[in-house]
Amino acid sequence: MQKYSIFNLIKNAFSGHQKWDLAWKDATPKKEYDVVIIGGGGHGLATAYYLAKEHNITNVAIIEKGWLGGGNMGRNTTIIRSNYMHDDNALFSEFGMDLWRKMSQDLNYNVMFSPRGIINLAHSDAQMNVFARRGNSMRLNGIDAVLLNRKEVKEIIPMADFSDNVRFPIFGGLMQPSAGTARHDAVAWGYARQADSMGVDIIQNCEVTGFDVVGGKIQGVRTSRGDIKVKKIGLCVAGSTNILAEKLNMTIPVETHLLQACVTEPVKPVLDSVVTFGAGHFYISQSDKGEMVMGGDLDGYNSYAQRGNLPTLQHVLTEGIAMMPFLSKLKMLRTWGGIMDMSMDGSPIIDKTHIEGLYLNCGWCYGGFKATPASGWTFAHTIAQDRVHKLNEGYSLSRFNTGHLLDEKGLGTKTWIS
Amino acid sequence: MLHIKCPHCGMRSQNEFSYGGDATVKRPELNKEVSDQDWNNFVYNRKSLRGKHKELWQHISGCRQWIKVERDTATHEIFKTAKAHEDI
Repeated sequence: MQKYSIFNLIKNAFSGHQKWDLAWKDATPKKEYDVVIIGGGGHGLATAYYLAKEHNITNVAIIEKGWLGGGNMGRNTTIIRSNYMHDDNALFSEFGMDLWRKMSQDLNYNVMFSPRGIINLAHSDAQMNVFARRGNSMRLNGIDAVLLNRKEVKEIIPMADFSDNVRFPIFGGLMQPSAGTARHDAVAWGYARQADSMGVDIIQNCEVTGFDVVGGKIQGVRTSRGDIKVKKIGLCVAGSTNILAEKLNMTIPVETHLLQACVTEPVKPVLDSVVTFGAGHFYISQSDKGEMVMGGDLDGYNSYAQRGNLPTLQHVLTEGIAMMPFLSKLKMLRTWGGIMDMSMDGSPIIDKTHIEGLYLNCGWCYGGFKATPASGWTFAHTIAQDRVHKLNEGYSLSRFNTGHLLDEKGLGTKTWIS
Repeated sequence: MLHIKCPHCGMRSQNEFSYGGDATVKRPELNKEVSDQDWNNFVYNRKSLRGKHKELWQHISGCRQWIKVERDTATHEIFKTAKAHEDI
């Protein structure tokens, strides 16, 4: 594999950049693999990468129905954070933060990781108390957290509404300075390029039509491009997990929902951190191109449509304008929707299943993108060693049976009670 | 915007409704032995079908009645609606 470097960039300039190697091959499926990963999004690509890198398993195929990184990997709002209170979430996410910091070097691909900080705004004394508690829990787990008062918040985001007559005045906020954003496509491409170079087959336009399960063990997978014999399958298909679970006669604690995001026209730099509204569900950051990137609530009903309705968008943007009134002057450039795996307690699942050789990675709710490296790393471990890692112990499928829910914010599918 | 025909009030916009989830989920019967798995299926596990999906909505800004709706989860087309006690 050609290394990406300043020297290679100059060298290739002489040939008009016509002689770069392809970043990855468009593979055709072989008859048999050691491991098949279903889903060519961030989590699937990262899983394949860490299977090859950490566990030396390279006879691996990634099967993707559409194109690489074309699902939620290309539809998220690129936020990376580990501001969780519960140990299971905090330690998993902070492990991921370390991988994010090293990712561009590790992958030899600039993922434009930008640790610009995230601020969760508080709009009451009670909310400040809750944030103080969360901040303390974060610090006990080695995660940076700073409780900001109103004045300190105003220094960072003076464009927010600090006037006296607002419905939800800003009392302060909880900041994680090391949180940030990254270029989502670059993450997918970086993982794909490295996985491919280590021998992983990336097979696009290949739909899974069924599974061969004999005596409770995985024997193979049937696809639109032929049958593949394989003993271990990893499902990384957030948004379509219910569809594949049905083919496996499983019902899982996940519903598929629609989540929208939008960007405004590009404007000059105005916002250098990620900010979330504390009195509703709205968050905002500014991309390197200058667009204000925004998102919020689910549309609220089961959907596979990948496109949303205007009432939810209006609701979300009303909150945005309440928080930052200047947004009302901007024009909307694009809106889009993605389909989410909404787990019943708002936390993901990375676990083995009752079928031997079938591993499940799903239920990422609003937070799949930031988990990409940690999810891939722990899922690769779970598949390679046939046992969960300490980091993903809490993300078990059985927790719904045993009552050990990870209800970090009480956000699951039932947005109407949150 | 979805337009939902409330069986009590007629055609109304989605803004007036609140979603209540899968309408085919049945609560385990009272006064019978119920296994953990049955409870688990009732409380947490969902099929979340792609295509025709029977679901509950509440006409929260209207008559406040719970209703049943059959809707396509891929296209958002609504096929029919019924009162909560009726089959759909």
